[in-house]
Amino acid sequence: MSQPTGERSFPLPSQIADVPGAAGWEEMYPYFSRFQPEDDQRFWFYNSMHFPEVVPAFDGLTSEIPYTAIGANTARLFSFPTTMGIEYRIVNGRVYITANPVLDPAEQAERLEHFQERAGHYYANWDRLYGEWQQRIEKLIAEIEAVEVPQLGELDDLSVVTEARGFASNHLLRENFHRCIDLYSKMWHHHTEFLMLGYGAYVVFFGFCKQAFPEIGDQTVARMVAGMDVTMYRPDDELKELAALAVELDLADLFVEGNEPAKVLGALGERGDAGARWLAALEEAKDPWFHVSVGDGFYHHHLSWADDLTVPFAALPRYVEQIGNGEDLTRPTERLARERERIAAEYRALLASDDEQAAFDQMLGLCRQVFPYIESHKFYCEHWFTTRFFQKIRAFGQLLADRGVLADAEDVFHLRHLEVEDALADVQLAWAAGGTELGARHWRPVVERRKQILDALSRWSPPPALGPVPETMNDPAVQMLWGVTDETIQTWLAGEELDEKTVRGYAASPGVVEGVARVLMNVNEIGQIREGEVLVCPVTAPSWGPVFGKIAAAVSDIGGTMSHAAIVAREYGMPAVVGTGQATTKITTGDRVRVDGDRGVVTILG
Amino acid sequence: MTTVQPVLPFADIGRDDVPAAGGKGASLGELLRAGVRVPDGFVVTTAAFRSAVAALDLGSRVTVLDPSDAGAVAAACAELRSTVESAPLPAAVAEAVTAAYARLADACGQPDLPVAVRSSATSEDSAEASFAGLQDTYLWVRGADSVLSSVRRCWASLYSVESVSYRLRRGIPETDLAMAVVVQQMVGSRSSGVMFTRSPLSGDRSVVAIDASWGLGSAVVSGEVTPDSFVVSKVTGEIVRRTVSTKTRWHQPDPGGAGVVESDVPANLRDVASLSDAEIAELVAIAREVEAHYGCPQDIEWAVSRTAPPGENVFLLQSRPETVWAEKDAAAATPGVAPTSRAFDHVFNLLGGKRPTPPES
Repeated sequence: MSQPTGERSFPLPSQIADVPGAAGWEEMYPYFSRFQPEDDQRFWFYNSMHFPEVVPAFDGLTSEIPYTAIGANTARLFSFPTTMGIEYRIVNGRVYITANPVLDPAEQAERLEHFQERAGHYYANWDRLYGEWQQRIEKLIAEIEAVEVPQLGELDDLSVVTEARGFASNHLLRENFHRCIDLYSKMWHHHTEFLMLGYGAYVVFFGFCKQAFPEIGDQTVARMVAGMDVTMYRPDDELKELAALAVELDLADLFVEGNEPAKVLGALGERGDAGARWLAALEEAKDPWFHVSVGDGFYHHHLSWADDLTVPFAALPRYVEQIGNGEDLTRPTERLARERERIAAEYRALLASDDEQAAFDQMLGLCRQVFPYIESHKFYCEHWFTTRFFQKIRAFGQLLADRGVLADAEDVFHLRHLEVEDALADVQLAWAAGGTELGARHWRPVVERRKQILDALSRWSPPPALGPVPETMNDPAVQMLWGVTDETIQTWLAGEELDEKTVRGYAASPGVVEGVARVLMNVNEIGQIREGEVLVCPVTAPSWGPVFGKIAAAVSDIGGTMSHAAIVAREYGMPAVVGTGQATTKITTGDRVRVDGDRGVVTILG
Repeated sequence: MTTVQPVLPFADIGRDDVPAAGGKGASLGELLRAGVRVPDGFVVTTAAFRSAVAALDLGSRVTVLDPSDAGAVAAACAELRSTVESAPLPAAVAEAVTAAYARLADACGQPDLPVAVRSSATSEDSAEASFAGLQDTYLWVRGADSVLSSVRRCWASLYSVESVSYRLRRGIPETDLAMAVVVQQMVGSRSSGVMFTRSPLSGDRSVVAIDASWGLGSAVVSGEVTPDSFVVSKVTGEIVRRTVSTKTRWHQPDPGGAGVVESDVPANLRDVASLSDAEIAELVAIAREVEAHYGCPQDIEWAVSRTAPPGENVFLLQSRPETVWAEKDAAAATPGVAPTSRAFDHVFNLLGGKRPTPPES
């Protein structure tokens, strides 16, 4: 990022007004996440892609830890020449970020030497290191799954004494809770270990294609790179197999649109052997493939399919019907692979010289080498691990509820992780002393107040950016990761000039379609969506894939053309406009809308 | 030259026939031979021009003019044009054109078939060509007599003030003068426009850029309407950009029978896309075919017929090599991106930051 010009500016951090009813929101987040007076001099943008909603107190961890990890990798491990890490601030519950550029050419040159040595080691040994990465992350997932939430009985277990363990179970409250936090931190270090190197390969190829073919769409470049997306399509594939099994076992009548999962499960229980076989298959598929979150893994309440069967069960009726009609739902991977090769070969042939074609081959080859990591790390990190992580925290919440400190297990997410440790210490002490936890009196009012604060903050509309506009947003990593470019900033600045009937975003998947909008503010409501509707939501996530089969188009406030949802939409051949910033504000359920996935425009027709 | 007929049907013309049929005529014959859907027609050849115009020996009246004497040039030109338009035609030429028109009208099943009459220059000098009446186009001409008089007006355009002054200043000998005229069945266009087989804005060779509007193409070519614009990927067929403009004016055949009238586009059509996606796809297919045939990017005029059935309603009216980007490419000596010793060196090159300027040697 370059220096601010000061000519045009978004609101300054210091100019942000208090939200009525949200006084005291600051206590929900660490002191080092608050805007400082000198922050007015810098350009910040709202990380709406990862944090589209107000951040509950515990979930503050999902910005704190990722930024400690990603910055460590870019700044300190790999020595990226032009950038250190990312700084973040939270205001009114929203996460704003800025990158710390390295501007001195001498320093850049010095960092480049290390970068070549360090990043070069990873690129040169990519396949082996990525293989080791997979083992490491799977081990980490096994570790988080193995973390025990201690049971505190009247007396500690006899074995603690006979085996002379030497410490009582109350000790494990904080140790095991802290272990969850430590493992979460380690997961993010693993997550970001390959991330920027992988994106580096992407940025190179995207930049080359844009130069050679100025009119080429991001999606077309992405199609040349994309592999067959084995991991992120697996949950959907499992669903299709479950649908096929339902047809085979003559259970199709139970999968009717609008049927609640609990009702379907109950009915299956009454269908004897066939029902039992289907339920067994469901359990088999669940671990790990249903550990896919309906969000992007940054909020505790974006539950996984395994936590809440609403999303998979919303998709099943259509699959069951299609398979019943004899349709083949298996992904045409061979055709997709052939199409990918054809597109790459034709663009290659359009290049003017042998040299350019050779460079094209190198860049595309590198992208395809890094692709498996880019594609599957989300499932391992944001979905599988994070689902398990939040489940563990929820179990500690249950313990606090059981001990009377909290009214409900879910309330644990209204405490910062350090506050949870405090509450656990309260339990440790009360159990040891034979006394009573004092937390009920202390924490319950805190939780109640924070629920009100979150509610108040959710009505605040965060500006897309803060501070003076930089001359150019030329940091390739930032561009790639958040889809923020000069053009984006101009769009944001022009936001107020758009008319009320038009919403602009990124053209994520081509095609033009008209339909009735269904606005879903909470991703857990996705079961409401009906055949042929246009989905309008704050953010789309990979796990929504199965539902894409029944909707006419998708529109989101947040997301870039490289987002997985965009790729899935393209594969479903369904128009999508993402990153509009304001679709859910301007559109209401029942509106007739035209979604133009070629231009990235949504028009409200009435 | 004596072997060249005064009139040649498109079917008998190929790309090597520029001296007889002019650039436009040769291109249309070539495209028809290549299997592209082109409205049929014939060319009044340079041989006809020679027997009809060169025989008038007007050259000596031009060479005596002083190009700086605007008044004298204007007066002489008016007289020269009038001579060309009114001098009796050699019978062989008149008969050949009349017969060719009758054959074409008969083949199209319409006795007073509307045709377009356009000059077709033989010169490769584009500036000269433009002065020599390249802009001369007569649309919706009906009947052999009208065709003949339009042909003569095309010829006469060689004696416009601009054209004559240009030749005088450049010292271009009057003996070199030649012009062919294309007579082509008129497509009753529902929509028409132009397309480039590379982006006119960015030079991108992976796209076809289409400008389209309602009615006859003359409204687009003359710039009287802001056309719809479509940029389509040749590789994926996706419409990369789609701009539907408010199209206020259109050119339509005169309901009185001949010629063209300009009027307002009906309100219910103004903001509607003038091409369907299927028509866009067909245009792109034609564009790719023509580009492949010639081996270089093309600048194409096209029309969608009002009456022909879908699948047979897209016509190519004219194609010529794209010149603007071709010249830019030729002028730019910057080498493209080169391969590196290791693929990931590209990453270092991109993310490496500013390189210290090497000391001057």
